[in-house]
Amino acid sequence: MARAVSTRRRMFFTAFAWAIAFVIFFPILWTILTSFKTEGDAIELPPKFLFFQWTLENYGIVQERSNYLLFAFNSVVLALGSTIFALLIAIPSAWAMAFAPGKRTKDLLMWMLSTKMMPPVGALIPIYLIFRDFHLLDTRGGIIAVLMLLNLPIIIWMLYTYFKEIPGEILEAARMDGASIGKELLYVLTPMAIPGIASTILLNVILAWNEAFWTLSLTTKDAAPLTQFIASYSSPEGLFWAKLSAASTMAIAPILVLGWFAQKQLVRGLTFGAVK
Amino acid sequence: MGTIVLNNVSKSFGDVVIIPGADLEIRDGEFIVFVGPSGCGKSTLLRLIAGLEDLSGGRIVIDGVDASDQPPSKRGLSMVFQSYALYPHMSVRNNIAFGLKMAGLPKPEIAAKVARAAATLNLTDYLDRKPRQLSGGQRQRVAIGRAIVRQPKAFLFDEPLSNLDAALRVNMRIEIMQLHQSLGATMIYVTHDQVEAMTMADRIVVLNKGNIEQLGSPLELYNRPDSLFVAGFIGSPKMNILENNTIGIRPEHLALSEKSGEWEGTVMLAEHLGSDTYLHVDAGRRGMLTVRASGEFPVGPGGKIWMTPEKGRIHRFDAQGRAIR
Amino acid sequence: MATQQTRALGRIAVAPSVIALFLWMIVPLAMTIWFSLLRYNLLDPNPACSPLTPWALTDPANRCLAGASNYYYFLTDPAFFRAIGNSLQLVGWVLAISVIGGILLALLLDQAIFGRNIVRLMIIAPFFVMPTVSALVWKNMMMHPVSGFLAWLFQLFGLQPIDWFAHAPMTAIVIMVAWQWLPFATLILLTALQSLDEEQKEAAEMDGAPPLSYFWHLVLPHLARPITVVILIETIFLLNVFAEIYVTGSGGRAGNMPFLVYQYGLISNDIGGASAGGIIAVILANIVAFFLMRMIGKNLEA
Repeated sequence: MARAVSTRRRMFFTAFAWAIAFVIFFPILWTILTSFKTEGDAIELPPKFLFFQWTLENYGIVQERSNYLLFAFNSVVLALGSTIFALLIAIPSAWAMAFAPGKRTKDLLMWMLSTKMMPPVGALIPIYLIFRDFHLLDTRGGIIAVLMLLNLPIIIWMLYTYFKEIPGEILEAARMDGASIGKELLYVLTPMAIPGIASTILLNVILAWNEAFWTLSLTTKDAAPLTQFIASYSSPEGLFWAKLSAASTMAIAPILVLGWFAQKQLVRGLTFGAVK
Repeated sequence: MGTIVLNNVSKSFGDVVIIPGADLEIRDGEFIVFVGPSGCGKSTLLRLIAGLEDLSGGRIVIDGVDASDQPPSKRGLSMVFQSYALYPHMSVRNNIAFGLKMAGLPKPEIAAKVARAAATLNLTDYLDRKPRQLSGGQRQRVAIGRAIVRQPKAFLFDEPLSNLDAALRVNMRIEIMQLHQSLGATMIYVTHDQVEAMTMADRIVVLNKGNIEQLGSPLELYNRPDSLFVAGFIGSPKMNILENNTIGIRPEHLALSEKSGEWEGTVMLAEHLGSDTYLHVDAGRRGMLTVRASGEFPVGPGGKIWMTPEKGRIHRFDAQGRAIR
Repeated sequence: MATQQTRALGRIAVAPSVIALFLWMIVPLAMTIWFSLLRYNLLDPNPACSPLTPWALTDPANRCLAGASNYYYFLTDPAFFRAIGNSLQLVGWVLAISVIGGILLALLLDQAIFGRNIVRLMIIAPFFVMPTVSALVWKNMMMHPVSGFLAWLFQLFGLQPIDWFAHAPMTAIVIMVAWQWLPFATLILLTALQSLDEEQKEAAEMDGAPPLSYFWHLVLPHLARPITVVILIETIFLLNVFAEIYVTGSGGRAGNMPFLVYQYGLISNDIGGASAGGIIAVILANIVAFFLMRMIGKNLEA
């Protein structure tokens, strides 16, 4: 509904909102700007906002020195791999809970949510030792398994809320049309739920990409994703702000873009469907 | 072929008994309508036949084969759902073809059958559209097309017209009846609308609280209702029930006069439909009556009239609501 | 409703994820409990006790039953109380900042402002920033005591710049973490606010409800559910904050429970002690979760 709002009031709120947004966004903006500075300009005081010698050299140096691409590749593999494997076992689960619920389905869903309440530190030591003994430390397969289990409850919950919105009659129609349960899932449910599945993938790629506790604890080099790449800058190298900024920008840019696309779905996914 | 026999079929969800036990023989090629108020178990009964719900007891025999434990896909029945339940991500063509693909028919045969079904239902021009691009009536036709293309033993309709507007409903009613005549297939049709039941059915099953109240042709139900429930449910406007639920007389079976008759009353309200006039009459100790007069009737509210029941048109019921004959 | 057959298939379909999650939950937990009862140090292969070969998973030589002594040492470690205090402070402050700030920001963004979508994008952005990046950017470029941006700002206003990580590490961590979670709260509350019925708003306007009572009687009740969801989810994540403390190297004074357990296990190699700490963390988290679920339960059921 269009409501008459006095222009003055509107200007006031607009200015206020932009000011706050600028403050909140500033650290990111500052990081991006600094990544284009020379190291000298980067620590200059008073700060140089736009009028400095713009350069791309930091990006080249970062890639050369710490092999950004390897870490980025690991991040992509871990995020996508864990999400896809989780989807493979989550889709049948969510289907069953949405369309063939039993008396305990609600309890099962709550139990799955409760596994997210377990603090990871309770599992860190055994997982670390199991990984050590089975030579899974610093392997992509091992981390994918952990990230998959970590996000599985969220994936199941998200899919469940999306599936719930699909009318059961359509699946029954497929059954009347002679489709087996497998074909019903493959040809009817999955295509209909594509938007929901896509948002689920998006959110979980974001979560897996930014997961730091397990990736920092269980990887060192070969399977290390961008979280580790950045953490390696906490050593004295971190004093090279322009390079730190270039590395940071490269680590967050892909997910920032994805995240902006996924805002609405994010709300739904992170609140387990409680807020849409 | 398409005979369906229900043998003491019952259904309960936990402690809630939906259908205590139903026996019914549906003949090949018959158009049978399940009718009753909402919650009477008519849709559940249909879904039991379809195999979408498990039986709690009894047997369902389709064409002489016990189908009680068969999954829906094995029963050879087609169903048209209230919401149409079209596959939203498929074109009309693929919606109709889906069942044939599942049956593993060769592609040319599928194409031919889809084309034939589409031609029957005037859908040929819409085959490449998605369901959301169609009107309600067209969606309904696609749902029917999806059902007929598989040449099922019987068609199951679950209140298929209730989402359409009144004018379209009459058209679709006629189309379904024509379809029944041309295919000659068994059809089971669920509705809460007694007009649909009366106009379409070969035989009507009236359900009340999960029990079959009466089974018979539309005119049998109209002329000789077995119970107060059927008497009240079939016929429009409703039958007048008088004298503590022991006497029933339909509004169209009361002769009207401005001068004399058996029962005297005062007109409270007159509904002029043009072809008929419905009078709501206060008949004193007999209570309120509805009376139908053909064409226009000159007496308005407040006027005195006399009514005479037609001979043999009075229905008598006992204390349990069963008809006394 | 479904048939026996589909329900049976349903159970098969649910099985893999249930089994996987069950193992993920129970195996590490059982092992942690077992380890917490052992004297087990990776760097000390010959403790003065008889080895427990039958239960040994690997290198049996360096572990033996320790009874409750790990718990005793962990619970009497002054670092434990500091970690508990830090954990609670972190959760409490960030919750307060993000919920109150989130409500105010959501109300602001719900107004008719120019460029609302861009403003929203800018405000939500920090939530997508990798925790390690956020930690390093804040520690160096924003909070550096000499050449950090905040130091310059303080000087600009004639104030003494703060050496954040030397003098107020907890405050620094709170600012950093709140910066990430305020956007989350804002996004969720704004989404909820936008679902508030437009007709309700208009009716309230027609009734001439003053803004404060309109907020109190209409908006706040509408937000009750999303607020509880925000509290629930943020608590889960905030209890487990790790990267920000690890990367900024402020674990010594601002270390929380996860950091302390990490320190025991992967730095001091005291598996027994770390496991006892892990179990204590699990118990504490369950106490918090219990009250949280009770508080939120009725709000979520509806």
